[in-house]
Amino acid sequence: MVERETALDLLRTMWRIRCFEERVAKLHHSLQVHGLVHLSIGSEGVAAGVCRQLRDDDAVYSGHRAHGHALAKGAPMNRVMAELMGRSAGLCQGLGGSMHLVDTAHGLMGATGVVGGNLPMAAGDALASRLRGEDRVTVVFFGDGAVQAGHFNETVNLAALWELPLIFVCENNGMAEFTPRSAHTKVARVIDVVAPYDFERQLVEGSDVGAVWTAFGAYLDGARAGKGPFLLECSTHRRSGHYEGDQQSYRDALEDAEWAKLDPIARLEAVAMKRGWIDEQAAQRLTAEADAEVDEAVRFGRDSPPLTAEQAARLVYASPE
Amino acid sequence: MAREIPYIAAVNEAIAQEMTRDDTVVFYGQDVAPSDEDPLVKSFGRDRVRVSPISETAEIGMAVGLALAGYRPIVELLMAEFMLVAMNQVTNEAPRLRYMSGGQVKVPLVLKAGYGFTAGWAGQHTGSIYTMFAGVPGLKVVLPSTPADAKGLMAAAVRDDNPVVYLMHYLLVLEHGDVPEGEHLVPIGEAAIRRPGNDVTIVATGWTVGKALQAAEALASEGIDAEVIDPRSLQPLDMPAILTSVEKTGHLVLADQATRHASAASIIAAEVAEHGFGYLKAPIKLVTALDATIPYSEPMEAFVLPDETKIAGAVREVLGTASAVA
Repeated sequence: MVERETALDLLRTMWRIRCFEERVAKLHHSLQVHGLVHLSIGSEGVAAGVCRQLRDDDAVYSGHRAHGHALAKGAPMNRVMAELMGRSAGLCQGLGGSMHLVDTAHGLMGATGVVGGNLPMAAGDALASRLRGEDRVTVVFFGDGAVQAGHFNETVNLAALWELPLIFVCENNGMAEFTPRSAHTKVARVIDVVAPYDFERQLVEGSDVGAVWTAFGAYLDGARAGKGPFLLECSTHRRSGHYEGDQQSYRDALEDAEWAKLDPIARLEAVAMKRGWIDEQAAQRLTAEADAEVDEAVRFGRDSPPLTAEQAARLVYASPE
Repeated sequence: MAREIPYIAAVNEAIAQEMTRDDTVVFYGQDVAPSDEDPLVKSFGRDRVRVSPISETAEIGMAVGLALAGYRPIVELLMAEFMLVAMNQVTNEAPRLRYMSGGQVKVPLVLKAGYGFTAGWAGQHTGSIYTMFAGVPGLKVVLPSTPADAKGLMAAAVRDDNPVVYLMHYLLVLEHGDVPEGEHLVPIGEAAIRRPGNDVTIVATGWTVGKALQAAEALASEGIDAEVIDPRSLQPLDMPAILTSVEKTGHLVLADQATRHASAASIIAAEVAEHGFGYLKAPIKLVTALDATIPYSEPMEAFVLPDETKIAGAVREVLGTASAVA
């Protein structure tokens, strides 16, 4: 289990993500955030347990469900919100949106809307660290749905062959878009898919942030020392639909009691209270602080204009510096 | 100092010179330098010269990641068609990341592949599929037709801060030509006038440039003075050079090894129709491959492809139409 300070940081991080995404859902319903948005409610523990251990120069490659990874890695919330609102002050000047969050200042190098498309890119980034002899580590987040795609095997094979300092982090929520994993493959656990390559791998409960922290920390130490690759598979529950607006007719909602057992925030709060690290008031304060930050982020987004066509056109190609 | 070397040697010379100049240039791909005795391996070591498995998506995707992390990878893809198994990386990741990130990143990489090997290689190793790439904002596409351009465009592609699809023509790789010895750069996006002329503009790419020049020689004996323009890159496309020529000649024939509806010719025709219609004294004529898979059979292969006879015929047709109108 983690220490007090770490636990509080993880709780704060998870509440920031949770409050941010719950607000995004509301803004989406009121059309202030338009387009395609995927929420990560239920898997904040993975984002926090992994990203809070990384340095700014460590690279993270994410996908279409990236809000949590971005916030946990250090992307400023007001600029993430402005991006989702399509404004020029957004992380990507409003040209990328929810599925393509990039913040190079904090090592969020790429997020792709094509499931698994980020996997080989992350391997290339890790190869760069190997070539330079740096202790920088690359992390790639992906869902269990990506594992059945060819680029997963191609990347795993090359990462293993070239011994890249790359940590694969699979958020296995048991759902690939709208259908359960059992409809996609006979192999239930992702760690079993990569077994023949024989690198270090393990499955942890993603809602147990302490377990994520500890398992990932060990791999991070290994990768810093130049070893790799590693695979951390985190079982999670996707509380929301595949995308915001998804009616989820394909599955039954969890009972509240079941959800409480799978909610990474509720689980860590229970531990923190039991150990006397926080009380009810302190927990409420964490939530209120996160909400206030979201309020400010929404104001920041609303105050920012969209990019002009001339500004956007200049970004299609890189010009000589 | 220029000396005569084959096109393929010019390509390799540019790669070696760029790797010497810039140690962030790495080169890998299928069957690249399988032996440690390979000159590139001896010069640059196994870190920078790598053999990769047959995993186009991973090879190209890793190039994107390397580029994001500050390298300038060149990926050897052997055949243009092999990029088709990795189209997400080629067309949907590499060229879009700069724009989608609001300009935070650049993705300098070169995808080097051969194309157009219409010498009995049948339907899947012979395509001229460049417009699949040229139509994607963020990608650049170059098609060298001479040994000097093969060198100069490779060097320019490596130095470019964008993903560049570098397509070398398999029917040209053994052609010899004058190539400068030292640093030689050909700016991407500048057409070359291969033969000046006043009566008709022939725009041709890659292997059809030679065919267009042969056609122009035949036409010269009939008193027809053809100008042959080689765009050299399709994205960016040097439309000003083409329009300037059409303004002068009033006639346009487009020669292209690609199938008609996926040809650069059709794109150029549309641009001239919109921006140079007033210059035209006769309709534009396209001489492309037929809309068919390249057949294995030799006479059938020749039947579907453009050649100097077909190009010359098209020129006579547009000029004949012009004289009939006049």
